[in-house]
Amino acid sequence: MKLTIPHEAPAVLQREFLPVRAKIIEIAAALDRLDRSAGTVSEDPQVAQIRAALDELATPQPGRAERIQMIFSLPYDPRWRKTIKMPSEADG
Amino acid sequence: MYYFDPHIHMVSRTTDDYEALAKMGCVAVSEPAFWAGFDRGSAEGFRDYFRQLTEFEPQRAGWYGVQHYTWICINAKEAENVRLSREVIAMIPEFLDKPGVLGVGEIGLNKNTRNEAIVFLEHVELADKREEQILIHTPHLEDKYPGTRMILDMLDDFSQLDRRRVLVDHVEEHTVREVLDRGYWAGMTLYPTSKCTPQRAVDMVEMHGAESLLVNSAGDWGPSKPTAVPDFILEMRMRGHPESLIRKVVYENPLEFFSQSRNFDFRPPEVPEAAV
Repeated sequence: MKLTIPHEAPAVLQREFLPVRAKIIEIAAALDRLDRSAGTVSEDPQVAQIRAALDELATPQPGRAERIQMIFSLPYDPRWRKTIKMPSEADG
Repeated sequence: MYYFDPHIHMVSRTTDDYEALAKMGCVAVSEPAFWAGFDRGSAEGFRDYFRQLTEFEPQRAGWYGVQHYTWICINAKEAENVRLSREVIAMIPEFLDKPGVLGVGEIGLNKNTRNEAIVFLEHVELADKREEQILIHTPHLEDKYPGTRMILDMLDDFSQLDRRRVLVDHVEEHTVREVLDRGYWAGMTLYPTSKCTPQRAVDMVEMHGAESLLVNSAGDWGPSKPTAVPDFILEMRMRGHPESLIRKVVYENPLEFFSQSRNFDFRPPEVPEAAV
């Protein structure tokens, strides 16, 4: 059940702008650090995750935090009991 | 504001932290059994640890007027050793009737392995048989989503389990809805990097309501802030939420959840807070 939020968008923007700005610059600096490092990680799946997450940030739909969490998550396997060979009742 | 920390590992904190908690309004802590940072070598090692949780920590907390409660289990990381786990699980009943022991926890999954799942199920069987409350750890980072789903799948096998007596902890944006929709309590952990921030926890309260949410610091031997719950309180206030709503999350909800344990003999503060 969503709560009634006691704040207006301009007030939220005023409060959040500087922290968001700082966090974006931190991410940019980290990516620059990666560029300055020797070797390449361009094929590393974590880099692909970061790029996908950054793309998600730019989408207009609400729920970005949840979608980005899923980008960084392993998938759920509905057949996990079989996959990891869980003992069944028949096994005793 | 008086508050509970429903999940904090005080055994790994110095006594100064109890003083800080007391000064910031913490009236009680709930400390689940956890991984010490290394794998213990024997069941007797766990026995000593459980004695520390049930005997020394309540005493140390009491020096500052903080009430201490605890949970008993073998944690998910060490559950990979099924033989040792079964020895520890056999020992758990010795401690479940001790003063301040609230139930079985923090059980769960770590890397979502077969052995971890087997040991998790055996803990739930014990708790279910003895009608104990359960506190559950959900995995970190990339393992959290699949692990939480696996945990919920396993809990579904226990049709008689009272879901209102089970706390699924360390929820985040992608797991909180599933936990709440299935009728469990959900704990939000304010822990740097690998878990949540006070701001995101307040977001989750705004999106899902305060009915079944708790918030904790999970302060432990890693970089963590045992006074994180007051950070949540401050963020709620800065956003203009009423004191009654804040109190519900940090005091009334933990009180309601823990009051279901027979060994929860909580003594409310003598000086009540001013009515809002």
